Amino acid sequence: MRPAGSIRQRLVLTLLVVAAVLSGLLYLSVRTVADAAVETTQDSILGAATVAIAEELRGGDDGLSVDIPYAAFSMLGATGEDRVFYRILIGEQTVTGYDDLPVPDQAPSGLTPYFYSTAYQDAQVRVGAVTRTVLVDGSQVIVQVLVAQTRTTQDAISRQMANRAAALGLGFFAIAAVLSLLTARSVLQPLQGLAEAMGRRGPQDLRPFERSVPLELTPLTGALNGFIARLRGALSRTETFITEAAHHVRTPLATVRAQAEIALRQTDDDATRATLGRVIRAVDDSARSAGQLLDHATVVYRTDQRSDEVLALGPLITDVAAAFHTTADMRDITIKVDVPHDTIALRFDRLLLESALRNLIDNAIKYSFEDGSIAIALKAEAGQAIITVKDRGRGLGDDSGQRLAGRFQRGANVEDVIGSGLGLTIVRDVARAVGGSFTIRNREGGGTCAILILPLG
Amino acid sequence: MRFLLVEDNHDLGGAVQTRLSLDGHGVDWARSLEEAEDHLATATYDLILLDIMLPDGDGRDFLAAHRRAKRDTPVIVMTARSAVSDRVALLDTGADDYVTKPFDFAELEARVRAVLRRRGGAAQTDVAYADLTFDPLAASVTVGGEARELRNRELRLFEILVAAPDRIFSKGQLCDRLFSAAEAVSDNAIEVYVGRLRKKLEGSQARIETVRGVGYRLTAP
Amino acid sequence: MRHFDLTAWIGVAWLALAGAAAAFEIEEDTTFAGTGSAQISVLSTTDTQAFAPVIIAFQKDRPDVTVRYVVANSQDVFSAVQDQAAFDLVISSAMDLQLKLANDGFAQGYSSAATTGLPSWAKWRDQLFAFAQEPVVMVLSRAGFDGLPLPRTRADLIRTLRDHPDRFAGRVGTYDPQQSGAGYLFATQDARQSDTSWRLAEVMGGLDPQLFTASGDMIAGVQGGRLDVALNVLGSYAAARLPVGGDGVIVAPQDFTHVLLRTALIPRDAAAPALGQAFLDFLLSEEGQRLIEDETGLPRINEAALAAGPHLRPIRLDPGLLVFVDPLMRQRFLEEWTAAVVQP
Repeated sequence: MRPAGSIRQRLVLTLLVVAAVLSGLLYLSVRTVADAAVETTQDSILGAATVAIAEELRGGDDGLSVDIPYAAFSMLGATGEDRVFYRILIGEQTVTGYDDLPVPDQAPSGLTPYFYSTAYQDAQVRVGAVTRTVLVDGSQVIVQVLVAQTRTTQDAISRQMANRAAALGLGFFAIAAVLSLLTARSVLQPLQGLAEAMGRRGPQDLRPFERSVPLELTPLTGALNGFIARLRGALSRTETFITEAAHHVRTPLATVRAQAEIALRQTDDDATRATLGRVIRAVDDSARSAGQLLDHATVVYRTDQRSDEVLALGPLITDVAAAFHTTADMRDITIKVDVPHDTIALRFDRLLLESALRNLIDNAIKYSFEDGSIAIALKAEAGQAIITVKDRGRGLGDDSGQRLAGRFQRGANVEDVIGSGLGLTIVRDVARAVGGSFTIRNREGGGTCAILILPLG
Repeated sequence: MRFLLVEDNHDLGGAVQTRLSLDGHGVDWARSLEEAEDHLATATYDLILLDIMLPDGDGRDFLAAHRRAKRDTPVIVMTARSAVSDRVALLDTGADDYVTKPFDFAELEARVRAVLRRRGGAAQTDVAYADLTFDPLAASVTVGGEARELRNRELRLFEILVAAPDRIFSKGQLCDRLFSAAEAVSDNAIEVYVGRLRKKLEGSQARIETVRGVGYRLTAP
Repeated sequence: MRHFDLTAWIGVAWLALAGAAAAFEIEEDTTFAGTGSAQISVLSTTDTQAFAPVIIAFQKDRPDVTVRYVVANSQDVFSAVQDQAAFDLVISSAMDLQLKLANDGFAQGYSSAATTGLPSWAKWRDQLFAFAQEPVVMVLSRAGFDGLPLPRTRADLIRTLRDHPDRFAGRVGTYDPQQSGAGYLFATQDARQSDTSWRLAEVMGGLDPQLFTASGDMIAGVQGGRLDVALNVLGSYAAARLPVGGDGVIVAPQDFTHVLLRTALIPRDAAAPALGQAFLDFLLSEEGQRLIEDETGLPRINEAALAAGPHLRPIRLDPGLLVFVDPLMRQRFLEEWTAAVVQP
C-alpha cells in the first residue's frame, strides 16, 4: 500500500509556503517603507530648494526680481547626479526656466511644497511646487516656483533598498525553512514515538496501548486499543470455538463408537460384526475429519497470531513421536527417532510445528503395514533444519506429492484407509508460515518419504 | 480391574461403563468432580478415567489436587483435544496418559496396561507362571534362563492369557482386545500371533492350547 | 608653444569660416587624415596647435580614423550642440554650459574602465568627463609690487590696492564677464564663494580696471609692463608663457583658488559615437593624460594634487552651475558686477 503523501512533507511545505508568503510580505513592506522614506527624503530636499528660491522672490516697481540661491540647486546634487529643471511663472506666463515643465494639477498653498510626479524630457521627474504672493507694481501677484529633479538617484537607492529587503526576505525565509524542519521534527516526534512503540511490539503482543500521547493522538490510540481488544476478543472466541467445537463434536462420536463396540461384543454374527466394523470406521473417519478441520482452523488462526518461542527441535520431535507410541504399538509399528545431540533451535510457534509433525507421523502410521517401521530423522544443514519422516507403507501411488497437499485430496491408493486429506495441507501451511518447504514423494523400495525443511535463524 | 469413570455426558458415560463391564471390569461412574471425590473417599481404584470438561470444574484442577494429596491412583485423561502440548501439559500436571475421544477400547486397554506396567512398583514386577518368568515392564519372558523379548501384540496377548490361566478366550474376544475395532482384521490374524507367542514359549511347560471351535487358553501341567 | 611634426598630417586650416554648414562661428577647422573610412568630428574650445599632439598620438592607435578638429568659442560650442550638430566629441572649458547641455539631454551616457577610474568630482552622470584640471590664478608683476609684500590672498590684495590707489590705478585687469564665458564662470564662482570677491570687485572698480577677453592678453599685459595685477588667469597659459624667474609671478590665492575642469561629452546626436567613445577613452588613458599634461600644457586629472593644496577648490560639476546660466540670473549678476566694477 503506497503511502498517501507524508505529514512531514505537508507540514514542512505548508510552513515553507507560509514563510515564503511572509518573506514576500516582509520584502514588499520593507520596500514600500524604504521607498516612501527615500521619497520623503528626496522630497524634503527638493522642497527646501523650491522654498529657498521662493523666499528670494522680491517684488518691486520694476517687476518681479528673481534670485536663485546657488546652494538651492547645488544641494540637489548632494544625493546624486540627477538632472534638474525649474520654472518660475506668474499665472501662465513663464518668468524664467524651462517653459514646458508641467504645472501641478492643484495649486500649492503658500510656502508648503506640493509634490507631484510627471514625465518631462523622456524622464520621470519629481516636482516640488511652491507659491508666493509678491507685491509687484502695487498689485498682488501670485508667483509659482517649480523645481524638478529626475529620480535616478532615488531609483538607485530604491533598488539598493530592494536588494537589501530581498536579502532580508531571503534570510528570513532561510531561517524559516530551518525552523520549519525543526518544527516538523518536533511536532512529529510524538507520532514517530508512537509508531516506533507499536513497531517494537511483537506480533503476538495484544496488550492495550497504555503510553500517554498528545491530545490529538488520543483518538488514534483509542481506536487502536479498540482494534486490539476486538482482535483479542475474536482470537479468544476462535480459540474458544475450536475448543468447544472439538468437545461438542467428539463427545457424541465417542458415544456412538462406544455403543458400536458394545454391540460388537454382544454379537457373534459375522454379518453384524462386519456392519458394526463399518460403523466404527465411519465414526473414526468423522472424528478424524473433525479433528483435522479443527487442527487446520487452529493452524490458520495461529499463523496470524503466532506465539513464537525458541523451540529445541530434537526434544520436540521426540515428544511428538512418543505421543504416538501406543497407537503405533497397536499395529506393531516401530517408530525410530534419530535426532542429534546438539541443540537445533528454531524460533516458531510450538503449536503450529507440533501440528505439522503430528500430521506427518499420523500419516506415516496410518499408511504403514503391520509390523512396519517409521523413521523420523532431524539434521541441520546450511542454515536449515531438515526433518524427514519415512515409512514403508503404501506409498503415494500415482499421485504426486503436490496434488496430495491440496485441500481434501486423498491419494489414489488409500481408499480403504480412514482419513481426510487435510493432513498434508496442514503440513504445507505450516511450512509456508515458517518460510520453509514441504515435499512428499515415493520411496525407492516402497513407502513414502516426507521432507519438511525449516529455515533456522 | 476397578475403574473410576469421571464423565458428565450421560450417553458417553453409560456407554463406556457398559463396554468396560463387558471386559469384566468394575466401573464406578461419577458425573462430577464432587461425586468423584465421594467415590474416592470410600473406595480404592486401579485406575481413574478422567474427563476434562466437567460441570463443576476443570479436570486438570482435580488432577493437580489429586497428586498434591499424594494419591497415587493412575489417571488416564479423556480429552477432545489432540494437541501434543496438551498431552505434555496433562502429563506434567500428573496424568499418566491420555486418550482422545472417540477412542478405541482396544487402544484404551493397551494404554491401561502400559500405565499399570509402568506403575508396577517394586511389588509387582515379575509374574511367575509354571516355569517361566514374565517381566511385563521389560516385555520379556524368561524360559530356562533365557530372556525372550515379546513384541507388542505378543506381549498383550500373553498378558491377557496369563492374567486368567486356563480360561478360554475366543478368537473374537482376543481380536477385540488385540486389534482396534476399526481395523479390518483377517481371519487368521490371531493364529499368527498365537503362533508367534508359541515360539517364544518353546521350551517351557506353559503352552497355549487351542480348543477347537472355542478358542485358546494358556495352560501348564 | 609646442611644435608638431609637419609630415605626420595633412593640414588645411580654415580661419573664421562663416555660415556654411554650421550656424555657429568656426574659428579653426582642421582635418587629420587617416587611412580608413572612419571619421570622427571633434568640436573644441582648445586651439588646434595645442591639441594636435594628442590627435596624432590617437591616430597612432587608430590609423584608420580621420580626425576633423573644429575650434569655436564656448558659447558657439554650446549653441552648436543645442542645434544638434553632429559632432562625436565636444570639448569645452565652459563647465556651466557643458553641464546645461548634459542636463537638458544633449549628451549620451558612456561608461568604461577609463571613465570609472575618474574621481567622482571629475564626472557627472557618466555624461560629462573632465580630462584636465587647472587653477585659476593671479599674475602679478614683481616690479609693480616692488617694496610691497606680494599678496597671498584676496584680502591681502584688497588691502594693498586700497592702501596704494594711485600706484595701481589703471594697472589692474581681469576678464570681462559679459564678453568671456570663462570670465563669467570665474566671476560667478567668485561671487558664490565669499563676499570678499565683491569687495575686491568694488576696489578694482575704483581703480579703473582693464577688461580683457583672453588670458593670453592679460599675461601679455603684465609681461609688457602695462598691468601689475591680472586676476582670474588660466593657470596653464600662465605657466606656459611666463618665464621662470621673470617679472610675472603666478600666485594661487591661498583663501581659495578655483580649479577649472575641462570637460568632454559625447552628444546625443553624434554621427559616430563609438569613435567619440574611443577618443574619450584615449584622453583619459595614461598616455592621453601624459600627453595632455606634457604636450598640451593642461595639467592632468590628479586628485592627489588637489589634496596637497587645501586652497584648491575644483569647480563643482553639479546643478548649481545651472543657476548662472539662467538668463535672469545672468542679467542680474552682470548688472551688479558692472555696477561694482565699471563705475561710471
